This record gives sequence, structure tokens and C-alpha cells, in this order.
Amino acid sequence: MSKSASIVTFIGSKESSMGKTLLSHLQALLLPVIGLLLFLAVWNGVAKTIDTSLGQFPGPAQVWEQTLTLVSEHSAQREKADAFYARQEERNAARVAQDPTYEPKIREFTGAPTFFDQIWTSLYTVMIGFLIASLIAVPVGIVCGLSKSAYTAINPLIQLFKPVSPLAWLPLVTMVVSALYVSDDPMFSKSFVTSAFTVSLCCLWPTLINTAVGVSNIDKDLVNVSRVLRLKPLTHLSKIILPASIPMIFTGLRLSLGIGWMVLIAAEMLAQNPGLGKFVWDEFQNGSSDSLARIMVAVLTIGAIGFVLDRVMLMLQRMVSWDKNSVLR
Amino acid sequence: MNQYEKFDGVKKKLKGIVSALALAVSVSGVMSAGVQAAEEIDWPEKEELKFGFIKLTDMAPLAIAYEKGFFEDEGLYVTLEAQANWKVLLDRVIDGQLDGAHMLAGQPLGATIGFGTEAHIITAFSMDLNGNGITVSNDIWKEMEKHIPVEDGQPVHPIKADYLKPVVDSYREAGKPFNMGMVFPVSTHNYELRYWLAAGGIHPGYYAPHKGDTSGQIDAEALLSVTPPPQMPATMEAGTIYGYCVGEPWNQQAVFKGIGVPVITDYEIWKNNPEKVFGVSNVWAEKYPNTHLRVVKAMIRAAMWLDENNNANRPEAVKILSKPSYVGADEAVLANSMTGTFEYEKGDKRDVPDFNVFFRYNATYPYYSDAIWYLTQMRRWGQISESKPDSWYMDMAKKVYRPDIYAVAAKALIAEGKAKAADFPDFDSESGFKPPQSEFIDGVTYDGTKPNAYLESFGIGLKGDTVL
Repeated sequence: MSKSASIVTFIGSKESSMGKTLLSHLQALLLPVIGLLLFLAVWNGVAKTIDTSLGQFPGPAQVWEQTLTLVSEHSAQREKADAFYARQEERNAARVAQDPTYEPKIREFTGAPTFFDQIWTSLYTVMIGFLIASLIAVPVGIVCGLSKSAYTAINPLIQLFKPVSPLAWLPLVTMVVSALYVSDDPMFSKSFVTSAFTVSLCCLWPTLINTAVGVSNIDKDLVNVSRVLRLKPLTHLSKIILPASIPMIFTGLRLSLGIGWMVLIAAEMLAQNPGLGKFVWDEFQNGSSDSLARIMVAVLTIGAIGFVLDRVMLMLQRMVSWDKNSVLR
Repeated sequence: MNQYEKFDGVKKKLKGIVSALALAVSVSGVMSAGVQAAEEIDWPEKEELKFGFIKLTDMAPLAIAYEKGFFEDEGLYVTLEAQANWKVLLDRVIDGQLDGAHMLAGQPLGATIGFGTEAHIITAFSMDLNGNGITVSNDIWKEMEKHIPVEDGQPVHPIKADYLKPVVDSYREAGKPFNMGMVFPVSTHNYELRYWLAAGGIHPGYYAPHKGDTSGQIDAEALLSVTPPPQMPATMEAGTIYGYCVGEPWNQQAVFKGIGVPVITDYEIWKNNPEKVFGVSNVWAEKYPNTHLRVVKAMIRAAMWLDENNNANRPEAVKILSKPSYVGADEAVLANSMTGTFEYEKGDKRDVPDFNVFFRYNATYPYYSDAIWYLTQMRRWGQISESKPDSWYMDMAKKVYRPDIYAVAAKALIAEGKAKAADFPDFDSESGFKPPQSEFIDGVTYDGTKPNAYLESFGIGLKGDTVL
């Protein structure tokens, strides 16, 4: 009797705990959706009340419309590119017919980059800038973390340059790049180099500081283990220091990437690198009645990409982290 | 920089083409006759070119030459890139990042004489005539209206700066500086705004570069400063300036947004004045003479298309220019000034068929007298700090404006049958100097062969041996 009662109670409690998990899953899905819908409603309402000299502030409907327009502009431009290559082949063929010494070249399409081309340009510019920054910041951070005297020497410089805005660095970087990066057939355009370097200058500080803190706060027991085993310096670095400070290094890298992405948009506006920053700037200069909606599309895209980049870094961190049980957010 | 991943796919295509070429060679021997450009001009030395422009309606010849394939017909693969402002554009032409650019008619001159960044820039093609306007804010217009004569309920045009003078005086008495905007120190807009103000008795200020003062505000009653064209409506809305002189679509934009009123077009200040030119550095032109000739040929064709059949193609041009990569403004705003009308006060739209002239009246020929007019205005306002003999003006004009290159390009087009000899001036007898022009707002006559005498005829402005 008690056994069947306990089975019933068991099933009953299992159901309620299943119900609880179901409820929590539902919450995890529904709450963000409800939040998003509320936001869209508020945005739509507020937008209708703001009248700028460029027309009404764009609401979700106009932004969606412009997203579709940007996609169709992209396909139209791709068609133009195909037609361009077809014409080029004809022209080259005709010219070689008259002048057999001519070596035909296929040139890239000369039309303006589309929105999606600009997204790609921004992405690889930020990646290069971020990589350069990390290559400098991680080793320097490790040195600072290991040696107190190095840290004391370098710290004033870090604190001095950390708060400098990218817009203040930009004229200096532009001048230096113009003076030093001279060649007849450059592999990278000056605007790309300028934007990438400005991103590096601004986003190396979080990585540097976090690496230094991470390295200096390694568990003393681990350091003692290395001493006992008389590990060589490089082995000490690769087996003890790096794995132990991965969480802090990655925190730094994630912060840096976030900052780098923000800085890139500003740098592109002024350096005229053909990415999302330039898209926003050009739309503003155009002053057409669609401009504000298109800028909103760019703003949302920038936000979405920043979010994705952060998640990618988080995934990398989970892969590299040795402590699989630690909670990573 | 265009990031097309198609490049790999294209490489495969090229391999396919090479085999197709073998076939094509045997077939196209017959069709080659019409394809080679001109017997006279050889193939271009440099085929991939990058040209800069500023977002103004008169960059149209560049856009049309690209979109209609005129550049491609000459074997040129051109990328057009909008620039942030006139200074960046000029610097990038000088340091070679741009092969050439849409420039203000005064920029090649200013650069060659050394006002601003110094470099020898030349031009062989004038891009258009007219196309600018002076707009004032709504408040200033309300004040001006009290003085402007009215006929049939509409203000009498042209509106002279005489009606602005009482407003400027009242602002100065109240201690408020009267700020106005123009686009660049050696811009046509600067000289036209100053001309209009001075004709109304308002002193626009002097430059004194020999003393290091390049603000242009010495002794000024109206203070003129530089703002890039697309930012002008916003700057006026913010109240930083009370008026500006700029090209289109920025005057009509002010009307559409309800933030200002255009009071006069430069057509009324100086009928059929030269406005923009296509400038290249002299170093580039000497290194790539065939390329330069072919560029000029393509642009002449574009200019002809724009004015063809009494401006019949302008609506199509407006559609092209409204693309975000060119000018980007709404079609309605662009059409307001490019299709034969111009809107002054909201609702006061008047017929101005020659607001933009791209080819008529020999608009594309680079006249020496046009260059000299700009040089005289540079001297009038002190950008050229000391007096120069007439011969200096002639020499500078000949150094910068190159009608000889234009003539070769035009003759090639005539030989190909793409243009008629009647479309151009008679190259054998053309001296490069227009006959004396008197259709200025103040009635002063301009004779390009006598620059110093011209300078003497102004009420406000440096003349003779005066050095500030």
C-alpha cells in the first residue's frame, strides 16, 4: 500500500518537476519575445511623434522596408557586375584581335560596394585590428603580470593612453600612414590601414590589463608545483600560466573585441574605409527621405554583429578553457 | 576597394575565355574596324582609374560617362568615389590616391599659385556652367522681405544684396556677428557670394596670407567660413550660419526641409559663369597623356548627352544621380533644379532652363578668360597678396587651363563621328578669351585681356599696389 502510494507520490512529484522545467523553458523563450514585441510597439509609437527635417523618425515598418530595399539593391548590383564582366570579356577579345601583343586583364567590377560588401569589409578590418592588438597586448600583459617592476614601469603609460578616444588618434594615424605607407601598387588601401591601426590602438588596453591581472593572480599552489618540478620557463608558460589565466585573458579579449567594433564604426566614418561606418556617414550626407531608416538598419546590423562576435568569442573560450565546469556567461 | 569573392569564379571564366579567344580572333578581324577608338589617340597607358567627386548635381558628367559606358568605350575602367570634402579631394589628387577629380574651377588655380596645398594641377575640361545658389535662413528672409520690391505678389528678381544690407547692419549693431557659409576658400561659391555681397555694399572680408591670416575675415561686415556642401543645411538649421552659397541640391534641400529660402542663383550674378572643372595633377597628365585624352573624350560625350535635345535626358540623369552612391538626395529635390526650373521661396518656382548647363554655349571648353576671372577675384580679396602684371595672369591661366588637350580630344570625337564640328568652337581661330562680358549683377564689364583694369573698376576690393 505504502509502495504504491510512494510510486504515485513519486510520479506526482516527477510531473510537477517536469512541469517546472517546461515552465522555465517557456519562460526562457517567451520573455525575450514579449520584451522585443513591447520594444517594437514603443518604438513605433514614439517614432510617429518625432518629425525631423529629414522626414518622420523611422519606425519598425520603414526599417523593414529599407532592409528589403538594401537586399534588392545588392542583387541588382550583382547583376550589373555580371554584365560588366561580360562586356569586359568582349572588349578584351576585340582588342586582342587587333593588337595580339595586348595581355588581357580581368579587372574587378568598378561599381560601388553594396551594403553586404560593406559589412564584410567592416568585419575583416575589425578582425585585423583586433588580431594586431591581441598580438601586442597578450605578451605585454603576461610580462606585466609576471614582473611587478615591469608593471610599475608600464602602468602609467597604460593609464595615460587608455582613455584616448579613437577620433583623437585618427588624424595622427592618417598622417603617419600617408607618410610611411607609400608604394606604387599598394596591397591594402590607406583607409583600411588607418582604420585597422586605430582599432588596434584603442582595443589593446582591456586585453593588456586583464591579462596582467589574470597572470598575476594565478593560484600560488600552481606556481609552487612548477617550482618543485623545476619546469623550464617556456613549459611554465605553456603549462601553468596560460591555462590558468585563460578566463581573464578571454574576458579581456571579449571586451577588446566589443570596443574594437565600436571604434571601427567611428574610424571608418572619418577614414572613409568602405564599411558600415562609411555607409552611415554617406547616408547622412545624402539627406534623402530614406536616409534615417537606412541608418537605423545599419545601427541594428552593427548591434547584431557585435552580439554575434561576442558569442563567437564565448564559444572559443569554452573550447579553450581547461575548467569545463566553470560557468561562462 | 570592392570585395568581390567572384574574383575566383572570374579566374575560371578567364581560362574559358582564352580558348574562346582563339575562335574570336578569326571572327573579329571583320568587326575590329568599328571597335578601335581613334586613329589618332593611342591605347590608354593606365586603364584602371579612380576619380573623386563631391555630392553635388554637377558631378553628373562623371556619373553619366560611367553609367552609359562612355569610359568603357575608351578602354577605361573607372571607379567613382565620393569624397568627404574639397580639401580631402584635392589632397588625394595631389598625392596620387585619385587619378583625377570633379573640382571647383578655382582649385587648380589656387593649388598652382600656392594658396593652400601647393601642386601643379591642370584642367582640360570644364564640367558645367552655373548651378549655384545663395540661400538665407527663414528669419533673415523675413527681415529682407521688408525691403524687397514686389510685383504681382512675387518678389522682383534678381534680389540684390542691397536688400540684405539693412539686415546685416542691424545684426552688427546688436553685436551679433553675421556668419555665412561657403564651401572652400578658392571655390566659385566664395567668389560669387563675395561678388554679390560687395555689389550690395557689404564688405565680405580680406585674406592676408603673407601675414598668416587665411580666415578671410579682415575688415569683414559679413563673416564667411567654410562648411562642406552636404552639411550646410544642417549648419544653417543649427543657427551657426545665417546663409550660404552652395551648389545643388543643397539650396532646394533647404526649401524642401523648410529651413531656408534661396534668394538668388549664380546665373543671375554672372550669366553663364564657369563652375566646375575636371582636374588632374600635371605630373599625372604628363605620365598618361593618352589616358587623359580618352577621359576628356568620354566626358565630352557625357556632357553632350546631358544637354541633348533641349535637356530631354535630364529626368533620366536625375534618376541616376539619386542613387546613394552618387548624390543620393530624393529625385524630387534633384529634379527641382536640373529639369529647367528653380524654386526660390516655397511655392515660388520659376523657369530657369539654364540653371545647369553642361554642353551648350561651349560650356566644356576651358577658356583662359574664365581662369583669369578667378585669379582677379583672388587678388580682389587678398588671396594673392600683391599686385601682379597682366602678363602674370595670362601665364598662370595658360599653365593651368589646357584647351590644347581639349581640342585634340574633341577632334578625335569629330573624326569618329560621335560629335559635329559645329558643336565646338573653331579651334583654329579660338584665342581662349571670351569677348567682354557685361551680364553681371552690378553691371561691371569683364574683359579677360585686361585683368588689372578690371580690378580698378570695383568699389570694394583690393586694387593697384595695395598690400594689406
